[in-house]
Amino acid sequence: MRRKRSFDSPKEEYAIGIGGTPDTDASRFSPLGQIKRAKKPHSFCGQSLSRGAMQAISKRKGNQMLLRLQDVTKTYPKAETAVLRGVSFDMAAGEMLALTGESGSGKSTLLHLAGGLDSADGGVVAINGTDLTGLDDAGRAGLRRGTVGVIFQQFNLIPSLTVAANIAFQARLSGCFDADLAQALAARLGLQDHLHKYPEQLSGGQQQRVAIARTLAPKPALVLADEPTGNLDETTADTVFDVLCELVAETGAGLVLVTHSQRLAARLDRRLHLRAGLIS
Amino acid sequence: MNRAILSALLGHWRRNPLQLFTLLAGLALGTALWSGVQAINAEARASYDAAAATLGEARFAQITTKTGQPITVQSYVALRRAGWLVSPVVEGDFGAVRLIGIDPLTAPAGMAAAGVISGGDIGAFFTGNGQIFARQDTLAQLPESGAQTIATPDLAPNTAVTDIGIAQRLLGREGQIDRLILSPDQPLSRQPLAQVAPALTLTQPQAESDIAKLTDSFHLNLTAFGLLSFAVGLFIVHGAIGLAFEQRRAMLRSLRALGAPLRRLIVLMAVELASLALIGGSIGVALGLVIAAALLPDVAATLRGLYGADVSGQLSLQPIWWLSGLAIAFGGTVLAGGGALWSLARMPLLASAQPQAWAQAQRGPLLAAAAFALLTLAAAIALWGQGLLAGFAMLGALLIGGALALPPLLARLIGWGEALARGPVAQWFWADSRQQLPGLSLALMALLLAMAANVGVSTMVSSFRLTFIGFLDQRLASELYVTAQDATQAQAIQALEAEGRVDAVLPILSTSQAVAGQPAQIYGARDHATYRDNWRLLRATPDVWQALARGEGVLINEQLYRRAGLDLGALVPLGAGLRLPVLGIYGDYGNPIGQVILTEPLFRQQFPAVTALRFGLRLEPAKIPALRASLQADLGLASPAIVDQAAIKALSLAVFERTFVVTTALNILTLAVASFAILMSLLTLAALRLPQLAPVWALGMTRRKLALLDLLRAVVLAALTGALALPLGLALAWALLAFVNVEAFGWRLPMYLFPLDYLRLAGFALTAAAVAAAWPAWRLWRMPPVALLGVFRNER
Repeated sequence: MRRKRSFDSPKEEYAIGIGGTPDTDASRFSPLGQIKRAKKPHSFCGQSLSRGAMQAISKRKGNQMLLRLQDVTKTYPKAETAVLRGVSFDMAAGEMLALTGESGSGKSTLLHLAGGLDSADGGVVAINGTDLTGLDDAGRAGLRRGTVGVIFQQFNLIPSLTVAANIAFQARLSGCFDADLAQALAARLGLQDHLHKYPEQLSGGQQQRVAIARTLAPKPALVLADEPTGNLDETTADTVFDVLCELVAETGAGLVLVTHSQRLAARLDRRLHLRAGLIS
Repeated sequence: MNRAILSALLGHWRRNPLQLFTLLAGLALGTALWSGVQAINAEARASYDAAAATLGEARFAQITTKTGQPITVQSYVALRRAGWLVSPVVEGDFGAVRLIGIDPLTAPAGMAAAGVISGGDIGAFFTGNGQIFARQDTLAQLPESGAQTIATPDLAPNTAVTDIGIAQRLLGREGQIDRLILSPDQPLSRQPLAQVAPALTLTQPQAESDIAKLTDSFHLNLTAFGLLSFAVGLFIVHGAIGLAFEQRRAMLRSLRALGAPLRRLIVLMAVELASLALIGGSIGVALGLVIAAALLPDVAATLRGLYGADVSGQLSLQPIWWLSGLAIAFGGTVLAGGGALWSLARMPLLASAQPQAWAQAQRGPLLAAAAFALLTLAAAIALWGQGLLAGFAMLGALLIGGALALPPLLARLIGWGEALARGPVAQWFWADSRQQLPGLSLALMALLLAMAANVGVSTMVSSFRLTFIGFLDQRLASELYVTAQDATQAQAIQALEAEGRVDAVLPILSTSQAVAGQPAQIYGARDHATYRDNWRLLRATPDVWQALARGEGVLINEQLYRRAGLDLGALVPLGAGLRLPVLGIYGDYGNPIGQVILTEPLFRQQFPAVTALRFGLRLEPAKIPALRASLQADLGLASPAIVDQAAIKALSLAVFERTFVVTTALNILTLAVASFAILMSLLTLAALRLPQLAPVWALGMTRRKLALLDLLRAVVLAALTGALALPLGLALAWALLAFVNVEAFGWRLPMYLFPLDYLRLAGFALTAAAVAAAWPAWRLWRMPPVALLGVFRNER
């Protein structure tokens, strides 16, 4: 009797990308699921770049605009002041961007708007040229399934599913599940021996690795990470950060990482600092 | 410190009023179910107890004529002179009221009818126009009599008591006595009854058609339903309190971390729970009384029609109901809260604040082992148990065991669903259902019990109806039943067959006699196709009717077979050296005593003094009106002496329809309460499970789809619960029909199945579950993203 592999699954398709377009950009991955290296390492660590510099990066990464925020505002119900008061910035495909700021400055809100988790009150939030403010609930859900991957500080794994099912879940939802890629991600993240466990049986660092694998398995164009190492000790945090950056770079996805750590922020291509709802 | 802790505890309810509402509603509904059924039972019992006491049938031996004719004053005087301490009673319909005439001077002590007048003016009672005692509502129905009317609450509804002389005058029955009530203490020197008055017969209390005995069958049903509703209510209360504890688990941990002593925390939570139980229980008792008040008129009509017991259609408030209802609320709270407080006492200071921890504790092999033990106990009692107590113990073990078996069985079924699932959504659906199961278990157990109660009670009532209709067809096979007043009329009736006016005249000969130590009636039956074609025998020897006609044996009823252990072939002693074997056993539902049927010639030979005054007439239904008119005009038979079997059957069916109204209403109520328990659980879990739903939503599932899946989950779980409720309900019906009924009344009801009813119930239960899940699902669908995002906030 054949032993069932952890990532064996039927080949069902849930191919919905932005506007119903399947995200089938398999060119970033080899047929065997080996994760390709990015064309070159990032070299803009710790810099908050001007628009001119940004365009230069875009040119180097294929001149493709991945994320654009323009005069974005957001006020929560019952809140006295706006969380975001006109935030604008562009981000190129493949770029890694750090978002820093004090608690309550609007970092997480900005991340949620970029990920289609929430909608802005005003302004434009566009991914790959598609304005998210024009999308309904189903459209934004489609975006989350196929184009954007979100990593949370609290890991937010699905407790009722095994590690293997968690890693495969979003990819299978989006209809672009690749068992070999999932296997490769699990191996790279040191999760091979934990695939049949449930999240509650893992340590914090292991859970965050599962979250990273889950996020990268559907081959998203944009990875949003909300303080992914905030709940981890320094050593584990460094390890997780390293592997996250490495895998994101290898897949060629863009990364927006919210962090309080200036040290970690300095290691990314660019840094944006939010203060009182504005980029300073 | 107390104030600070209480403030923190109560602050939770202020911020979550919906949770407070669900907790109070759970307590109130659980209590309402119990107290409603108990109030109906108690009121009905009190009413017919009063009726029985008024009539003196339950406690005193009586003397009547063998023929059913009135007793003459001469016979009464002769008995008194012979030393018999007897008191005369006459009764009849006075307008719409049953008027009972008594003699207060000779009535035995303890006779309720005499008791009510003991505090009044005895002289005024039997002098002049006299006095009539009755309940206030009955007095209003009395025709004008000239007598002084006095209200008393101690008499049965629709019954009035007066002096026997005044009753004889008002009823137009001067000089007539219906029966003589015997004082319990009789002088030893009195002459035998057969010498003093050979036409009279003595009837011991247990041999009388005792209202309490007959109504017990109906009340047993209601008591069983009360037990079921109590179990449903207990699960609801348990679930409500358990969830309330879970919701505050994190806060309790924080309170302890901040220095609140564990013991004080427990005491204050116990005080809080007791206060909530008082509020919820009070609301529940009030609700229960509303339910009882709404249903009691139908219960009263059922008992009046079925058994002739007068039950007031109005509910009077009694402190005992309030107390018992509150006791249930407190009992349920102690049972449920005790477990929760025990968990709190054992909770380590640094325990996980994850709410599911409590629910997880509900799972596991312990539950399965307890269920197995209880179900095994129920099976053991079914096989070897004896007595009514054992019957109810079996019901309890069956119900609780079945309920406890539900979570492990559902977990197994969900596991199979998960294994067969294809696609991420289906896989997550089953996995998430498995995770929700512990939190929903108690509500699903309540649903299981409610559905099982529905199946069980419906099966029992419907089986009872089918059996009883068949029994009526058997017993009322003749088209017309006629009672002659004397031998002349009897001869004229018997001549109808020879005159060709009827197809057959079947005399009904009977006498009372102890058989094998049991009180019994002996009947003489004519050899006729009416019996052969209509009587259904539970067990019989080959060629039973031919053997009976040849006088080679007798038929006995099920009661005698069970109580005296007289199986087929056993010899039945019939007096004067006659012993005949049992040829067949027939069902005799509702009859408390034994019966023996032998062939007519043998009966006449054995009991020559008994003459037939009652007859069954076989004729074409079309000829009934003409014959009825002829019997009244030519023979002078009174209208009540001629009974049309079609009318009796129609009345019986109408009575059953009323029984159905009551049981259906209780069924619907139980199911509605159980579905409310699901609603409460889902609403409570909705807040607790946001951290589980938010990631799925963030990964690309729409709120609409999540909501629809939640709705589907509730329906699937209800369907699985329903599938398990069916065998449990049928087991329950079997236990009631084949065990409890036999132990209580000595006869066993055959069990019929009603698949269409079960399908209808399943549809109803699924609809109820969908309705219960609709609101939480709608809330999830309309939930603003910011609420889901709150799960991801680092600062939360």
